[in-house]
Amino acid sequence: MAKELENPESADHGSALIPADPIKDPGLPPHHTRVTDIHPSKERHASRVVATWFWISMIMSIFATVAYFVWPIKHGDLGTVRLSTTLLGVAVGLALLSIGLGAAYWAKHLMVDTELVDERHPTSSDEETREIAAEYMHLGNVESGFTRRKLIRNSLIGALALSPLPAVVMLRDLAPADDPNVLLKQTMWKQGERLARDPSGTPIKASDVTLGSAFHVIPQSLNKLHGAEMLNEKAKAIVLLMRLKPEDLKELPERKGWSYDGIVAYSKVCTHVGCPVALYEQQTHHLLCPCHQSTFDVTEHCKVIFGPAARPLPQLPIAIDSEGYLVAQSDFLEPVGPSFWERER
Amino acid sequence: MSQTTVEPERGKLDRFSRAAASYVDDRTKIGVLVKEFGRKIFPDHWSFMLGEIALFSFITILITGVFLTLFFDPSMAHVEYEGSYLPLKGMEMSAAMASTLDISFDIRGGLLIRQVHHWAALLFNAAIGLHILRVFFTGAFRKPREINWIIGFLLFVLALVAGFTGYSLPDDLLSGNGLRIIDGFIKALPFVGVWISYLLFGGEFPGDDLVGRFYSLHILVVPAVILLLIGIHLVLVFLHKHTQYPGPGKTEKNIVGQPILPVYAAKAGGFFFIVSGFVFLLGGIFQINPVWNYGPYDPSPISAGTQPDWYMGWTDGFLRLVPSHWEFVLWGYTFSMNLLVVYIVAGIFLGLVALYPFIEAWITGDKREHHLLDRPRKAATRTGIGAAGVMFYAVAWAAASSDLIATHFHLSLEGVTIFLQILLFVGPVFSFIIAKRIALALQKKDREIVLHGSESGYIVRLEGGEYVEVHNPIDDGLRWKLLSYHSDYEPWMLRPNAKGKIGFWRRTRAALSRFYFEDRIEPVSQSELDAARHDHKPELNTGH
Repeated sequence: MAKELENPESADHGSALIPADPIKDPGLPPHHTRVTDIHPSKERHASRVVATWFWISMIMSIFATVAYFVWPIKHGDLGTVRLSTTLLGVAVGLALLSIGLGAAYWAKHLMVDTELVDERHPTSSDEETREIAAEYMHLGNVESGFTRRKLIRNSLIGALALSPLPAVVMLRDLAPADDPNVLLKQTMWKQGERLARDPSGTPIKASDVTLGSAFHVIPQSLNKLHGAEMLNEKAKAIVLLMRLKPEDLKELPERKGWSYDGIVAYSKVCTHVGCPVALYEQQTHHLLCPCHQSTFDVTEHCKVIFGPAARPLPQLPIAIDSEGYLVAQSDFLEPVGPSFWERER
Repeated sequence: MSQTTVEPERGKLDRFSRAAASYVDDRTKIGVLVKEFGRKIFPDHWSFMLGEIALFSFITILITGVFLTLFFDPSMAHVEYEGSYLPLKGMEMSAAMASTLDISFDIRGGLLIRQVHHWAALLFNAAIGLHILRVFFTGAFRKPREINWIIGFLLFVLALVAGFTGYSLPDDLLSGNGLRIIDGFIKALPFVGVWISYLLFGGEFPGDDLVGRFYSLHILVVPAVILLLIGIHLVLVFLHKHTQYPGPGKTEKNIVGQPILPVYAAKAGGFFFIVSGFVFLLGGIFQINPVWNYGPYDPSPISAGTQPDWYMGWTDGFLRLVPSHWEFVLWGYTFSMNLLVVYIVAGIFLGLVALYPFIEAWITGDKREHHLLDRPRKAATRTGIGAAGVMFYAVAWAAASSDLIATHFHLSLEGVTIFLQILLFVGPVFSFIIAKRIALALQKKDREIVLHGSESGYIVRLEGGEYVEVHNPIDDGLRWKLLSYHSDYEPWMLRPNAKGKIGFWRRTRAALSRFYFEDRIEPVSQSELDAARHDHKPELNTGH
């Protein structure tokens, strides 16, 4: 039974089966008349229903207009915002809805509902039109010499291909002249920069950081900046500060000097796509990113223990200054935040 | 001559219609259009409303959006908030955020229109999704509608872009974190990632350019392209005439239904008011996106349970499902596979969706036009594939709530994530098998009904002691619908070509064809039906 794959294009219907002995199509079923077609009283009732919907709509539109003035917003009073919003929304909603329901009821119960049949024709134009179209295309080609004059044609293609180039180049000044790869590799942190509370900017003494506590930290000088400049720097410089028992920290020998008496500071910018890793589980010493659940183990230099992140959070080397305030020893020693192409370069 | 024949016809028309028609026609020749389209027939089915919901929610979005532009200030200049929402008074924020708060608290109806705009956007995306599923499962994408499928697919993608750009405009904490994710996602791209991010944000993240840039995309570029594509989409619907479900008297060569004037003008026109009225009720009663609870954007704070709008969920879910440590450095360059794999997987998924009509057409080799829809059960393999696709999307979507699933059901986050990772691949396979088997079982049941009628529930004992169930005869219309001959295909048989060779593509095509059509239920033929009627079981009132 199965059709051959031999030259399938010749068979217009492909592997579709044309039934050899089909049951006949019984044709359109008889039309069902509605009660509104037969009983004048039902018809009158239906038309009253339709009109009623439209009247409800009118009333609601007027009510919404009145409500706008009668129940205004009193500044600072959220209750009036709620009342105004609800009344306007419900009234306008019902006004619109009633128009729609009235129209639908009208169409369903009163408009003539006999089934009509249209014929379909092939989507393609008829043979003659296709011939003429092909002929015109041919004339366009012959009379211009588009395919014959190869030099002109290829030069045109080249010109068209190059013409968007300036448009692409002109997008360069969407951003300042700096090299983003350089900017991504530096933050505000520098030697002696005090660790301060986010967002107040008050500096933190080592003695403030009790065992088990965690601080959201910014560089102390961040708050001297304003607007976008401040946000851009903050987006890179945010840090989490935690104090663990020194014996709980499994520190690499070369990073022994980066912490102070069990106090460690790590970048708060997730190495996955950059969300703030803001959730600290004090018992397990895990940091969790609320966006995609990357989990970092603070005891082991914030290595990834779960979730889609690939790299540990960068550590900020810290020390204390002469007044006992926590300070950075330097900037981060690697770029913070999500990975990028030239990160290791 | 013609005057005399036309006059009495025209005399039947009411005076207003005639005057209005001739006034406009004298100046525009619009009569040609009215003649062509006025009594165009549309078939009736509830599932044809899904596309209309998308269209009408989009119109609602346009109208409410215009109102919002009158008050919204698309600027990231920093201002001190001086509006009437006390908890944020005196705080530094962008003008965009401050004007969003003003729209919400100081402009009558502002909050309503903001919420209607947002609800309508959620509905727009939902309706597009359901409309695509309807078109897929009924095979409405087949020739001559493949181009319209592509246009619909582009609209699906553009709806995501429109939604995301709009979601970002208020510059609140939630939308800012969404942008942060997009920024990190873009930066992972080889070569161009850092530069695209840098140029998009006008410098480093977050900068103070993005809201203005997204604003022109959101209110001009994206809606203009959407409108253009909707226009083409509808012109093609008119050109092809609407598809129809199989039924008695319905063929590939006709269309059965009711005319635009007056029935569909009233139904579709009225339906616009139903959709917009419904969205206004939502906006008036149910809060959506309370940006004042989140506060202005600041790179440091974030709340647990951070979620995008629902239609972006599936992309966020993919981000969450990638296992740890998928990154490597080669020749000094960083390959962020944990993000690149999301580009690849989402790209393949979207590509398969976009190209499906062409794949299926190649497998069937069917070059005819199709205007009769398939009942999903009759295209069992396609239905299975659709179910697998839905499952794949649904798992990715659910993954965007992995943390909430874990906390609400007291499960471990790790457990939920690993379960979803496995389900992403296993789930679609099971969905395919189950959906296909259900579809085939329904076909079998239909075949039974066609041959023997519907079950009556009456059990009769025959003289010989045999028990049989009495079947009621079914009417010819239902039988015809169940038969659906037009949906019947069989596999290609693999034969060598003239040179005696079987090439790779030929082999692939035959294999796919087998995969599609090997399991099939033969539809009932007239002689089969006659035979079944001949030796039929007794009917309740024949009593022999």
